[in-house]
Amino acid sequence: MQELKDRARELLADGTVKRVLGWKIGDLPYNPEPAYFETEESLKDFVYNGFCGANLSKYMIEASKLDGKTMVCLKPCDTYSFNQLMKEHRVDREKAYIAGVGCKGKLDIEKIRKQGIKAIERIEGAGICDEAETLKIQTVYGEKTCAYADAMLERCHVCKGKEHKIYDELIGESKETADADRFDEVAAIEAMSPEEKFAFFQKELSKCIRCNACRNVCPACSCRKCVFDSTKFDSSQKANVDSFEEKMFHIIRAFHVAGRCTDCGECSRVCPQGIPLHLFNRKFIKDINELYGEYQAGEDTGAKAPLTDYTFEDAEPSIVGKRG
Amino acid sequence: MSIEKKEFRPKIVAFCCNWCSYAGADLAGSSRLGYPADVKIIRVPCSCRVNPMFILRAFEKGADGVIMCGCHPGDCHYSTGNYYARRRMTLLFSMLDYIGVENGRTRVEWVSAAEGVKFSDTMNEFVEKIYSLGENVRLGDLRCRS
Repeated sequence: MQELKDRARELLADGTVKRVLGWKIGDLPYNPEPAYFETEESLKDFVYNGFCGANLSKYMIEASKLDGKTMVCLKPCDTYSFNQLMKEHRVDREKAYIAGVGCKGKLDIEKIRKQGIKAIERIEGAGICDEAETLKIQTVYGEKTCAYADAMLERCHVCKGKEHKIYDELIGESKETADADRFDEVAAIEAMSPEEKFAFFQKELSKCIRCNACRNVCPACSCRKCVFDSTKFDSSQKANVDSFEEKMFHIIRAFHVAGRCTDCGECSRVCPQGIPLHLFNRKFIKDINELYGEYQAGEDTGAKAPLTDYTFEDAEPSIVGKRG
Repeated sequence: MSIEKKEFRPKIVAFCCNWCSYAGADLAGSSRLGYPADVKIIRVPCSCRVNPMFILRAFEKGADGVIMCGCHPGDCHYSTGNYYARRRMTLLFSMLDYIGVENGRTRVEWVSAAEGVKFSDTMNEFVEKIYSLGENVRLGDLRCRS
């Protein structure tokens, strides 16, 4: 982290960049928040550790409109989102100085809490330079430990790889964290009966409070005007009155990013209700891969997106029933 | 005194493209081929005009089945509209199946302006299917139910 901070200071000092987009220390040890740093002094609050899960690429849409270059810290998975935004002409490559930062898997405070570890005062082992396999957590009830892998975000268990797709320089090391197939969960749901599927999604989605956090954080959801803000849309700006509204919201949300979603997992990370929203996006990715050929959004800026393309031999919609 | 139980009459929404399927429906009519009055046709300029939200909205407002008809692939009035619609609908129907909506409630059929027989056969078959699936209780806004 020191290396990253020093480099940021250097770039600010020599005028290469006007500001640094990174994370600053939050009020608790596990909630660093995205922030701009415009002076060398302000960099004292700069932090990069295991809790810096936020994908900063979406902030570059606004930063592209500002004067001068912005140094942005992107983790390997974030670079897919940046590429995708570049492809859609939403960010300006010339305005970004991309520091590809290493990643050893990001942590999920909810997973730590679920293990009964509460009232956290200090966490050791979450630093990016630490080779720690276990986290030492100081709570008001004494010291507790937790395996690093058990506290990782779901998306890090199904990581796409630690290779940065776009960068100006690389800082820090990465460590492979993938230990599961990303479509396993989707396949398990597909194997259920319609009644079970319905019950599963009813249970998960009824938790939705329509806070729009999933939409606001999504790097693919970058429209200036959003359908969900329209007063003509039934479920805009209010809580659900009916069980279908949240399903409609989540299907539409996922459909709007189908073929553009890089599976960065931000939607599930930010959901205050812990709804596994990635299940919707991944279902679309799985279908696209199976029906129209393997496609990874954000990998290649030249490739045509699956929903803006077609072939004469595409499957008929009746294939849905036949696949079972 | 007993409460009379209402017989189930499905509500079916059919999105038909202006150039082929709507003309196909017209031909079915002028050829005096019958299809159930449960089918409500909505004319759209092209099958590609059908936004996935239209289909969800139809279900929300109480439809028991939604069918989309367009020109045969390759015959689109705008050359390629139905190819895009085909991909879109495949993904949407797959998603509806994934959240537990029976896939018999959604259907896409390509009907040309010369296929009045196919139009009436398709609608008869689809209505039959919806009768067998019964009322759509999983989707839909309960406020819209009478």
